[in-house]
Amino acid sequence: MMDEHWSDGDAPLHPASAPDFLPADQRRALQLHRLRSVVKRAYEHVDLFRARMKERGLEPDAVRTLDDLRHVPFTVKTDLRDTYPFGLFASPLSDIVRLHASSGTTGKPIVVAYTRRDMSVWTGVMARTFAACGVRAGDIVQNAYGYGLFTGGLGAHYGLEAIGATVIPISGGNSERQIMLMKDFGSTVICSTPSYFLHLIEQAAEMGVTLADLPLRAGIFGAEPWTEEMRQRIEANSGIRAYDIYGLSEIIGPGVASECSAQCGLHVFEDHFLPEIVDPETLEPLPDGETGELVLTTLSKEAMPMIRYRTRDITRLMPEPCACGRTIRRMVRVAARSDDMMIIRGVNVFPSQIEEALLRVEGTLPHYQIVLTREHDLDQMEVQVEVTPDVFSDQVKTMQNLRKKIEHTLASALGIRAKVSLVEPLSLQRSQGKAKRVLDKR
Amino acid sequence: MATIKQLSLFLENKPGHLKAICGVLQEAEINIVTLSIADTEQFGILRMIIPDWEQARRVLEDKGFVVHANDVVAVEVDDKPGGMAQILNLLDQDQLNVEYAYAFTFRRRNSAVLIFRFNDTDEAVRTLTAAGRPLLAQADLLQALERE
Amino acid sequence: MNAEPVTENRLFNPEAETLAPDALRALQAERLRAVVARVAQVPFYREIFAREKIDPADIRTSDDVRRLPFTTKADLRENYPLGFLAVPRDRVVRYHGSSGTTGKPTFVAYTRNDVQVWSELCARFLVAGGLQPHHTCQIAFGYGLFTGGFGLHYGIERVGAAIIPAAGGQTQRQLMLMQDLKPEVLICTPSYALHLAEAIREAGLNDGRLALRYAHFGGEPWTEDMRAAIEKDLPILCFNNYGLSEVIGPGVSGECAWRNGMHIQEDHFIVECLDPATLEPVADGEPGELVFTALTKEAFPLLRYRTRDMARLYREPCPCGRTTVRMSRVTGRSDDMLVIRGVNVYPSQIEEALLRVDGVAPHYLIEVSRPGALDRVSVSVEMRPETFSDRMIGMQQLRQRIAHEIHAITGLHAEVNLVGPKTLERFAGKAVRVKDHRALS
Repeated sequence: MMDEHWSDGDAPLHPASAPDFLPADQRRALQLHRLRSVVKRAYEHVDLFRARMKERGLEPDAVRTLDDLRHVPFTVKTDLRDTYPFGLFASPLSDIVRLHASSGTTGKPIVVAYTRRDMSVWTGVMARTFAACGVRAGDIVQNAYGYGLFTGGLGAHYGLEAIGATVIPISGGNSERQIMLMKDFGSTVICSTPSYFLHLIEQAAEMGVTLADLPLRAGIFGAEPWTEEMRQRIEANSGIRAYDIYGLSEIIGPGVASECSAQCGLHVFEDHFLPEIVDPETLEPLPDGETGELVLTTLSKEAMPMIRYRTRDITRLMPEPCACGRTIRRMVRVAARSDDMMIIRGVNVFPSQIEEALLRVEGTLPHYQIVLTREHDLDQMEVQVEVTPDVFSDQVKTMQNLRKKIEHTLASALGIRAKVSLVEPLSLQRSQGKAKRVLDKR
Repeated sequence: MATIKQLSLFLENKPGHLKAICGVLQEAEINIVTLSIADTEQFGILRMIIPDWEQARRVLEDKGFVVHANDVVAVEVDDKPGGMAQILNLLDQDQLNVEYAYAFTFRRRNSAVLIFRFNDTDEAVRTLTAAGRPLLAQADLLQALERE
Repeated sequence: MNAEPVTENRLFNPEAETLAPDALRALQAERLRAVVARVAQVPFYREIFAREKIDPADIRTSDDVRRLPFTTKADLRENYPLGFLAVPRDRVVRYHGSSGTTGKPTFVAYTRNDVQVWSELCARFLVAGGLQPHHTCQIAFGYGLFTGGFGLHYGIERVGAAIIPAAGGQTQRQLMLMQDLKPEVLICTPSYALHLAEAIREAGLNDGRLALRYAHFGGEPWTEDMRAAIEKDLPILCFNNYGLSEVIGPGVSGECAWRNGMHIQEDHFIVECLDPATLEPVADGEPGELVFTALTKEAFPLLRYRTRDMARLYREPCPCGRTTVRMSRVTGRSDDMLVIRGVNVYPSQIEEALLRVDGVAPHYLIEVSRPGALDRVSVSVEMRPETFSDRMIGMQQLRQRIAHEIHAITGLHAEVNLVGPKTLERFAGKAVRVKDHRALS
């Protein structure tokens, strides 16, 4: 019955997708209209933005064309920390209906806010994401993104509700149960990080379940960088189509860009999020097609407008038309970052957060190294900590308790479990200058 | 093979547990040559070298203890500085890991016996034998103890 | 019983919540007839109706509910996953689940209308307990298949207040959010609230810096002592609410400003309080097992669902104006289910987990305690020669393996203790496998 709605490659246009097909000149007119209004809104309500504009002698009406955006100051991640928690809000707190948070570079998280209208924009772009990936009313969707402060779970949830799909809000973890549900409920679509799905493929094999024989036919994968090779592996080993989606909580959460049936680049929902590519060194805008750092401006956000937000994600825009007919531009999948953020099982982790946690347990910062591996297709983080004479004990149990305490503090700070190993003093490599704290073996 | 038997016991961390084990052995007039205890917050593992390990195992099992017998490598070295280091150097070359170790001495022979549990016992025996290090077998142990 | 309200008396849906008794009975009767007609299509009920010669046409008044068959958790399991579904699958917009006794959870389903009804019922008890549209609420309940997080989330949205979807755990982060984002309302399990209250005190944040004023607790049994302890530590008012996924999730009942029992939302549920042995009604005010019939659910309506929860019903009028019957706190269970950190666990699930590990003795003891504020579960397992190893790593792996299996089946992180052989008590009759050291009633 579900198959009636589905035909790869030429799925009938879903009404939610209409804005994806706006003629380019209309889209640009809409973008300009929205850009001028968001710049004005940010100027009037956000002190930091107004101050930076004034520094440059700019008034909001200096933005007359889309190209004028290049003169407007950037926003960076540390701005969110420096103005934490409400400094970048452009709406009164009474208009806020939702708050989300993601990891900051230190103990304080990044807090983002939504008005009722922002929620409806977010739901709308997530509905467009699912529509572009061929998800329809009647689909049974297992949402294995984590629910909570992370925008992935709830963002996908609201988009699926809008599409009219059935949601199984299973959240992350408990792989056996994930497979059992796929089998018993006949889930047709799964949402998760790509590496978690690879792990599920392995789990299914262990349980004697052949995914290709189940009704599951599409995976909506995001929240971490992945590769074309991973896609091929997923598709070959599970018989599903694997789609890449992109987003970040500072901008809205998931729903910034999504692949379509062509599976070739991610369409940026640029009527709401205006993309630019800049040279990460000179910060000069680069022409379409050149690789650089992605900078996004939210065109319709009320609670927390972001003007020229530096995502730190390295990509390029693809100006050429897509086979699917969408007129909104595509970006290539994100393969690298221009800072030291690690993405582990979909969670953003900064080495500085780990330092803070170690400092809290031991009182001083021990030598440590972060080792990232992928076991059974799941990211594993090991933190190796040198034992100092202060904390050493002849009792195994005391040492075990120390290890557990560090593990617990890390889990509490990062939201994911890390394995802690105590290693001997001076056994970790010292380096001249900038310490090599992260060993990524994935 | 040139190994000796070790008995290991599951040791719950509660008062009087170790005493109870010693009591059982004392009653059966069984002598412990050497022992070691590994501790965790909840339980420990008691490891012992006992010449008549079969009888010891019987009496302990009769009392309901969980007992294992397994082979460990016993190397006799001169009881002087560097004795153990020589052995470890040999093992290092073949990437053999020591899981745990403990020791006792033969006073009359002025020597020490190192007890090792390796990740790969067979390989360790080969390496040490090839290097000409004398490994004690169960019979050697009994003989040496009688002369003490 | 409280003579004075602890906060302003507010009603979310005054018309529905203060129906005159006659009008309420009439509404219940009408809705009961409709739901009986709907479930007559569900094979489980159709067969029972045929076997026991129950004619839906004979169900006329709300009292006629007593002529209907019971539904139990075992019935849900036997009809796994969706034998009770009363609508075509494409009308289902949501599935939720709860843990089951065999590793398979039981599932419940919602239509779009069910989700709307559920949201309103949650909005009602939230507003009864002080929630206003300008508030910010921190939800420290797990989301996911568990109905707790979602029920409250949608209820708050319905009222129009702001949500911080913190989900469970990460206590330090919870504290930081409270301090920085200044929520007025906290949603969690009562034991987690105790833990948070302790952490707040330790961090010295109980000096008026927080904006917390109201808390809504559910998901597990708790006591007046716990309420007193939390309210002593924090300047907040704690409200109790009750629900279970088989009936709808949270929203079945909740306290009003007088906090003298939880008002059962009788326009959507018929409640009975029965002697679990005879299944005959007990007198008002006497303890009995609560049995609910969902009147308005579309996707998954259950008749006379036996909750196994023991409580009392009170019918004296409440000063708040609500005309509905009230229930006491849940004071116990009529089966061996444990509620640990809001998770339902049956001893048989733990036994199943142990069976998955070769060589682990069939003798085990589950101990539940609350050393600080949080429940702790330890499972003691007897050591046997087959599983013993002279290597520490082997022993640690055994413990981890057992803990992993328990987690996979129950979702709980249990502490596994390896104990000596024959050290656990043996039983001639029914074995006592559980020692619950928490004082919960």
